[in-house]
Amino acid sequence: MNAVAAASKIKRPFDVARIRADFPILSRTIYDKPLVFLDSAASAQKPRTVIDVLSRTYENEYANIHRGVYYLSQKTTDAFEAARETARRLLNARETREIVFVRGGTEAINLVAQSWGPTNLKAGDEVVLTELEHHSNIVPWQLLRDRTGIVIRAIPVDETGALDLGAYAKILNPRTKLVAVTHCSNVTGTVPPVKEITRMAHAQGALVLVDGCQSAPRLTVDVQDLDCDFYVVTGHKLYGPSGTGFLYGKGELLDAMPPYQGGGGMIRRVSFEKTEYAEVPHRFEAGTPNIAGTIGLAAAMDYVMDLGLDAIERHEAKVLDYAHKRLSEINSVRIVGTAKEKASILSFNIGEVHPHDVGTILDREGVAVRVGHHCAQPLMDKLGLVATVRASFGVYNTMEDVDALCAAVQKVQRFFG
Amino acid sequence: MSDLRDLYQEVIVDHSKRPRNFGKPADVHQHADGHNPLCGDTVTVYLTVEGGKVADVSFEGRGCAISMASASLMTEAVKGKTVAEARAMFEHFHRLVTGKDEFPDDALDKLAVFEGVRDYPVRVKCATLPWHTLVAALESRAEAVSTE
Repeated sequence: MNAVAAASKIKRPFDVARIRADFPILSRTIYDKPLVFLDSAASAQKPRTVIDVLSRTYENEYANIHRGVYYLSQKTTDAFEAARETARRLLNARETREIVFVRGGTEAINLVAQSWGPTNLKAGDEVVLTELEHHSNIVPWQLLRDRTGIVIRAIPVDETGALDLGAYAKILNPRTKLVAVTHCSNVTGTVPPVKEITRMAHAQGALVLVDGCQSAPRLTVDVQDLDCDFYVVTGHKLYGPSGTGFLYGKGELLDAMPPYQGGGGMIRRVSFEKTEYAEVPHRFEAGTPNIAGTIGLAAAMDYVMDLGLDAIERHEAKVLDYAHKRLSEINSVRIVGTAKEKASILSFNIGEVHPHDVGTILDREGVAVRVGHHCAQPLMDKLGLVATVRASFGVYNTMEDVDALCAAVQKVQRFFG
Repeated sequence: MSDLRDLYQEVIVDHSKRPRNFGKPADVHQHADGHNPLCGDTVTVYLTVEGGKVADVSFEGRGCAISMASASLMTEAVKGKTVAEARAMFEHFHRLVTGKDEFPDDALDKLAVFEGVRDYPVRVKCATLPWHTLVAALESRAEAVSTE
């Protein structure tokens, strides 16, 4: 290895102060208190580079893509297609054409459910979900069930929020056609062993869709190593603009799937008698997409890859561990979700105090957390909870943020103690 | 902390921890279920109307301090009132928590503690959920609850 290559391997230390300076919103105050933003799992804040790329695109280099013969259209098309290559790199997909741009995670899952679903499933076939899933990985399959008569089953969670793989092994059977599982629970932070889950599903001849909305911003993802068939990423949790995201699908699967929506951009030739569809991935990208947003998403992906997903994972694990420790020391706090494999999402309750009251009091301290059922009501029902308080951590969060959270939690105790 | 105290007044915290008129009566005449799908709060209001007056009222439910205290104080406020008076009270209350009335109406009495809710727009629904449910219970007929 030559010196230059060796030097590029040496990671800079993870400098949170420098990272925080990249996010303009973090310097504002809320009710005259510094913003402590602990809701990245709902939507992450945006670094300057993403904001700048959006402005630069609209100010300098914007036109519709895949249409015009003129300079600006070509430049914008190039930037949009370069984003596809950036997405491929993020997931280590084999081919760039395996990336389909969509408006977000929800649309990606609906695309698979509505395109792959009716083509490949018939009444009595089984789709296996898990009790950890977000509504966006439940409802699209229920809509498909209503159309096709498939059966939906769910892998149960244990009391720590981990999936019961023994139960999963028993659920799998020759009727199982698809397993759709989150790579990181948005409520408990649980990171299920998706590689093992995929191996078991494939052994039974079933495909696997992984919902990576929470994992893509937090963990190194290698879809070839996982060997999953579909992987879902949303842009706005990945420090990119809202209304962006992408679906990864194995090339041969996408090739065999019919279009999801009809319109411009997804055709080769249209007449009233017959329409020939475009190749993958354009076949699934009807209409003008979120052009600037997707180019902005590429900037966000470059940003996290420059920091290094492994470094991000290590940093957030430290913050999570500290938050676990500090919150556990407050005797009225009960942490929800203590699975061994966990990413930087932490749900908890404070005694009998309702999470909405907690959220209001924390807000007045400048601490932004999510409260409620987190669009995961089946999991809430299973855990016997109506709601939780959820703190989630991103690249910019610090131990001081955790201290501010704990101080605010103690204030809640004083109010309702 | 003073601004938070405007929302979480002692009376509200007290009623949220020790709700009055909480529970299902042995004999249900009229009732209605209320649900806030955004936050998952649920409340059921049980009602007995005799001679055009609220002879008895109680509730059950799960929710935040604001919704539980609102339900508790509401049951105290409307008991013994005529149906028309109870409805008018909700009108006043609604104007108070949405900030449409600058000062609480005297008729609101203890309910004036909810004045601070106006500064927390996302919490207005918590305060009004029990009242919407009360109105639904007033409009339900005795036969409708026979499935209980």
